[in-house]
Order: sequence, then C-alpha cells, then structure tokens
Amino acid sequence: MRSAIFSFCSDPATLETFQWMSCYLTTGKHMAFYVSFGTVLLLLAFAAPSALLFGFGGAMAARARFLPLNWLGRGYIAIVRGVPDIAFFLFFVIALDQGLEYLRHKVKCPDWDQPIRQGNDFIVCDIAKLPLGNSAQWIHETYGFALAVVTFAIVFGAFAANVLYGAMQAVPHAQIETAEAYGLTPRQTFWRILVPQMWTYALPGLSNLWMVLIKATPLLFLLGVEDIVYWAKELGGSKTANFTAYPHPDWRTQYFLALLVFYLAFTKVSEVVLNRITTRLSHGQATLAGEAQRKTT
Amino acid sequence: MSCFETIQDYAFRSLGYGERLLPRSDFTLCEHFTLIGSGMIWNIYYGVLAVVTGFFLANLLAVAKNSNSSWARKPAEWFIFLFRGSPLFIQFFFAYSLFLNLKSVSSFFDPLSSAWAGALIVLFLNTAAYSAEIFYGALQSIPRGDIEAADAYGLTGWSRFRKVMWPTTMRLAWPAYTNEAIFLFHATTLVFVSGFPAWRQKGDALYYAKYLADKTFNPFVPYPILAFYFILLTLVIIFFFGLINKRLNRHLPQSQRTKVKYKPNLMR
Repeated sequence: MRSAIFSFCSDPATLETFQWMSCYLTTGKHMAFYVSFGTVLLLLAFAAPSALLFGFGGAMAARARFLPLNWLGRGYIAIVRGVPDIAFFLFFVIALDQGLEYLRHKVKCPDWDQPIRQGNDFIVCDIAKLPLGNSAQWIHETYGFALAVVTFAIVFGAFAANVLYGAMQAVPHAQIETAEAYGLTPRQTFWRILVPQMWTYALPGLSNLWMVLIKATPLLFLLGVEDIVYWAKELGGSKTANFTAYPHPDWRTQYFLALLVFYLAFTKVSEVVLNRITTRLSHGQATLAGEAQRKTT
Repeated sequence: MSCFETIQDYAFRSLGYGERLLPRSDFTLCEHFTLIGSGMIWNIYYGVLAVVTGFFLANLLAVAKNSNSSWARKPAEWFIFLFRGSPLFIQFFFAYSLFLNLKSVSSFFDPLSSAWAGALIVLFLNTAAYSAEIFYGALQSIPRGDIEAADAYGLTGWSRFRKVMWPTTMRLAWPAYTNEAIFLFHATTLVFVSGFPAWRQKGDALYYAKYLADKTFNPFVPYPILAFYFILLTLVIIFFFGLINKRLNRHLPQSQRTKVKYKPNLMR
C-alpha cells in the first residue's frame, strides 16, 4: 500500500464523509484508475494515425489497376466492415500473437520436430515465446498494448479506407484530366493533384470515424489491457472491511456513470473541435460548404 | 457422432433445449457450425425486436427534435446526445449494474437483470437514438417544394405530416437507416461480453465462438464461421430493407430510384 497523500488518512474508519471521500479517491488503486485514462488517450494517439495509414494503403489498393491488389483492397474493406468489430478484436489478438510466435519459432528453432498444434495446445519452443517467459511485467503489458494498437489499426483501417476511397473518387474528374493534359505521370497526378485535394471530402467521414474510434476504446478491456473499464469494475465491486480500509457496498453503477460522463465530455469536445476544423478547411473550396461561406462574407 | 445428431443436440442449445453440456474436447467442424449458428438465434432476436420497437421511438424523437417548442426539443436532443455520445459497451455495463440495484428495490424489476430483457432495452434505446438522428437529418432535408405543394393542397397538421412529410422522410432516410440496422445487428454481439451473464451457457454467436476459441486455442476456425454467419445476415437485411425501399420509391420512374446499397459512409 502506498503512503496516503493526506496526513489525516491514516485511520479512515474515524473520518467524516468529506475527508473519507478525499482519502478514498486518492488511494493507490484510484491513482492507477486515473492513469488508465491516460492509457485510453495513448491508445487513441497511436491507433488513429496507424489506422489512417492502413486506410490510405487500403484505399490505394482498392484503386489499383493491378487486379489482385485491387481485390485485396476491396476484400479488406468489405470483410472487415461486414463483420462485427468485436469479433475482429477477439480474433486478431490471438491470431497476431500466434502468427508472430509461429514465425519466430520457424526462424529460431528450425530443428524442432513436433507439431505446433497438439490437440488444443499451441506449442512453440521457449525462446520463440512472445514475450519471453522471463521478461519483466512492463514488457508483457507493452506487448499486450502493442497488439491492441495493431488490432485497432487493422479494424479501423478498413473504415478509414472506405472513407478515403470515397474521397478520392469525389475529387472532380476535371482536375485529373487537367493534370494529364499537362503531361503528369499517374504517380505525379496521384500525389500532387489527388491527395492534396481529397482531404476536404474525406473530413466529414474521418470526423465520424474519430467518434467511432473514441467509442470503441472501452473494447480494450476485452483485449486484456487494464483500462478504465477494468478499474471501474475492480474498484466499484463491494468491499468488506476485512480486505480494505475503505469498505463500501456495490458502487459499480456510480463508477460506470463516471465513465459515461467522461465519454460524453470527450465526444462533445471532439465534436466542437472537428466542426471548427471543417469550417476552416472548407474555406475557399469549390464545395457547397465553401460556397456558403463565400456568400455570407 | 454424426453431424445430424450434433445438430439435434445443439441446434437450440442457446435457448436451453437439447444437450445440456457443451462439447469439451475433440471439437468437430459440425459442432462449430451448429453451436455458433444456435447462438445466432439471440443475435436475431435482439436485432429484430430492437429495430422494430426502436423505429417507433426514433420517429417520435426525430419529430420532437424538429419541433419549435423547446419543451419537446430539449429532451429529445439530450436523449440523442446521451446515447450517441457514449459507447454502447459502457451503456451495457452501466445498465446492468443499475438493473441489479433496481432488483433489490422491487421484484418487479427482476427480468431486467437478465440479458433477454435488460440488454434488449439498452439496444432499443440505443438504436432509437441513432435512427432518430438519421430521421431528423432527413426531416431537415425535405425539399421545400414538397411542403409548398402540401400547403397548396390545403393540407395542414397531422394530415400534412402523414401524407407528405413522413413518406419523404422515410425515402430520404432509408439507405442510411439500412446501415444503422446492419450495425445494430453487429452491436448485438456485445451483450454477453459486457456484464450480462449467459445463464446456463445460453449465449449468442460470439459467446459460443469465444468459448470454442478459448477451448481449442485456435481462433482460425470459430471466428471465420461467425463472420460467415454475419455476412449472410447482412445480405438478408439488405434484401428486406431493399424490398421496403422499392415500395417507398414505387411512384418514381425506374431510372430515378435509388437502390439500397451497403455503403457505410455514416456509421455508428
């Protein structure tokens, strides 16, 4: 148990309600709970750009003239979008882990002769385990978190690919024709004409995607990361005086209410910020929104 | 054991009929298909009931949000914000612990803490909020000409809404509403991983897929089967919503009709 922040917390049973609360809300476990909000933000900070990258790749593949690549891109978008995302989360966390261990096993233990799948077990040699059995706790946690980030990137990459593909199609065709008339190669046309112009078309979809991504973060709990849902369940459950200095009945409703308020505030702030960005970006664009701005000023 | 016997034993396992014990070892492909398919019964149950009941509440909410009186508008806006601004996953957790508390108040609330009623209520409110936002958007984009025409015919109040505004709203909203229905069916898989207990291992498709993946430690069989079932379900939903869409647009010339396509631009 960590030492308490307030000096009067040494004997909680004697305290008044307000002081009891201030002691209760600053215990070591509650600090871990507050830190886990950072985990959610960290996940978003990593997952959003990597999902965008996956999405860009997916959209490029879906536009490719080379047929197998085209099918790959379209299949990726269609399959991930047609299946519940939780199924993908649960699938990828095990599948990625087993895939990585399988590859390491093939490289590190080439003379292993037993089958890897024995009945209901997945057995690789010890030095191929990920993370290694003797590594520190933080490596295990980081590995779990990294798997979660990759899973989020793959799933939301398909959502983003769908948005970006639509945005690329929405850029007026005359722009592309003009570029071709100037003798630009397809590659130059793509990078210099299409990509800079597509963002204004992609922004509504991407804003929506950001909201969906925020609302998907509690699924981290299902991937085994100690996130806010984990701590809310852990701290909210009823506690008896035998195990803790702060006994209380079942408070899970209150804890989940706090999470609801956190998410509502988060999505509200995001909405306001994204609306401002949309207004700024549509300034001077040849779209309806840009036209409306031109007329008012 | 033949596949036919497996189907006899497990086809309605999710409802509690047939073999009581789930298979524990030597899982066959047939068992995978049967058990996960059995779980789909719950996904369809939640999805169908929530969509049908949610549709009515969504219409009410959309009209309320569109009204000039702030007494009607504000509650609708708050309701929609509350359910669209927070994750369904947390809503399930919150609702479940709330229902548990209610249970100790009166035995009237007993069914709410079991999944078939409690989770259905959450899904109903959730889809009502998302659909209401879609319908509200459609209500806002009714062409001015339609309303002017209604005025010219002397239609007012309820008959104007019933005969002109509402059909146009449905026509405009239907493609987006189809997507919402598909996502709602996907969201039903959250029920048994978010607090609500699967009593006597009577769970939905994801519950059984997870059970099989945990037991065999092989995700490459149960999850693709789950995906297969859901893609099939998605196609069925698109078919039915397409029929309704066709009926909604039956007065339009063939070339102007919009088809319902799975185009998830706006998602939940």
